[in-house]
Amino acid sequence: MGDLLAGLTEAFRMIVTLDAELIEITLRSLRVTLTALAISCLVGLPLGGWLAVRRFRLRRAVIATMNALIGLPPVVVGLVVYLFLSRSGPLGVLGLLFTPTAMIVAQIIIITPLVASIAYQAMRDLWSDYHDLLISMNATRGQRIVTLLIDARRALLTAALAGFGRAIGEVGAIMIVGGNIDGATRVLTTAIALETGRGDFALALGLGIILIALALIVSWGSHWAMRTERQGTW
Amino acid sequence: MVAALPLTLTGATLRRQGKTLIGPVDLTLGRIGVTVVIGPNGSGKTSLLRMMHGLQRTADGHVGWSVADAIARERQAYVFQRPIALRRSVLANLMFPLRLRGASRAQAEARARAIADRFDLTAMLAQPAPSLSGGEMQRLALARALITEPEILFADEPCAALDGRATRQIEALLAGTAAAGTRLVMATHDMGQARRLASDVIFLLHGRIHETGPAKTFFAAPATPEAEAFLNGDIVE
Repeated sequence: MGDLLAGLTEAFRMIVTLDAELIEITLRSLRVTLTALAISCLVGLPLGGWLAVRRFRLRRAVIATMNALIGLPPVVVGLVVYLFLSRSGPLGVLGLLFTPTAMIVAQIIIITPLVASIAYQAMRDLWSDYHDLLISMNATRGQRIVTLLIDARRALLTAALAGFGRAIGEVGAIMIVGGNIDGATRVLTTAIALETGRGDFALALGLGIILIALALIVSWGSHWAMRTERQGTW
Repeated sequence: MVAALPLTLTGATLRRQGKTLIGPVDLTLGRIGVTVVIGPNGSGKTSLLRMMHGLQRTADGHVGWSVADAIARERQAYVFQRPIALRRSVLANLMFPLRLRGASRAQAEARARAIADRFDLTAMLAQPAPSLSGGEMQRLALARALITEPEILFADEPCAALDGRATRQIEALLAGTAAAGTRLVMATHDMGQARRLASDVIFLLHGRIHETGPAKTFFAAPATPEAEAFLNGDIVE
């Protein structure tokens, strides 16, 4: 109990005093995660729509693989990205290891299957409703996907939030490829891991509380912006 | 503009998993009139309409328009038995087919508002389409199908599950559409409706055209005993 209380107090203190380091790593967390999420959505949402409307031979295999990739262990993703980006690796010349960019790359790999899979499921259900109508109206394949993306937008918000949740709370991969370098690649989760290791539970817990609050604020904000659960059933 | 009609079906057959749903059907649809497709449940009314519209690919035979298929596709519209509402406002539903064809937003909206007026939908334009009542939804489906001014409209039991007042409203709109020169092909199980609207009749039984002819002669003196029994309200199997 004592640790919990101390954690709350510490979180409160850091927020009230606008602790410079806290603000820096919080903003970095947000920047890395939101960049990764934006790219994942750009890839994953249309991919989900494409899988919903397209029938091809390996479709089921692709979908099963995509669902399996949701469970990709972040540590392994981090390791593989590390090997690619390390100086002796194939992409070593880019010098990206231990930069926020490397962390973004790892997070994209981790959350894209999740975003695509949830998006696919939402749009598959919508497609079974819309199928006859869109075929009858002679919509092109691109138009079909765009229609699904627009009309399933609220379910797609869930896909994006799931991706955000996974990315913002991720520690294994970004620790490996980012290196938790103070002032360069330290983010909320890696800082928590570090402080816990150092035995500063109050600081670790304070950062944890801020991390959870951040996730809540993003979720509330996006639901409010999309007006979910307010009009109609979708 | 070269007309897409007449539509000619030669030996057209639809199968699913080895089972023949409809056909072989030989049929020519001329440029004017209201063809009403009747027959017991499972006789293939929906399948026939879907096959003509190209929603289902024929297993055998041919569905031929008088113009290239790609052009013919643009000249048809279909109203489904269970109307499909896009999860958008009524206005956006009406604009949708025009937007698909590349009309500008302003242009599409102007035409949508004009057709909404004709179909008594103006009061609901801002409402989400899935929240409409059955009758309103069917009017929307009809308006949305007709907004592209198709040459031929397929309607699959457009008044199923509607009450008397809503049915009368839809029938009046269908009759008006036909009078304005749109070719109408509709399936119905309502013989009263068939009599009111049909200029000619296709009587289906077991996936085949059992009898066809002008509505007047068909209803006055059906040529086959099955058609006569069906018109009398007997159960035809």
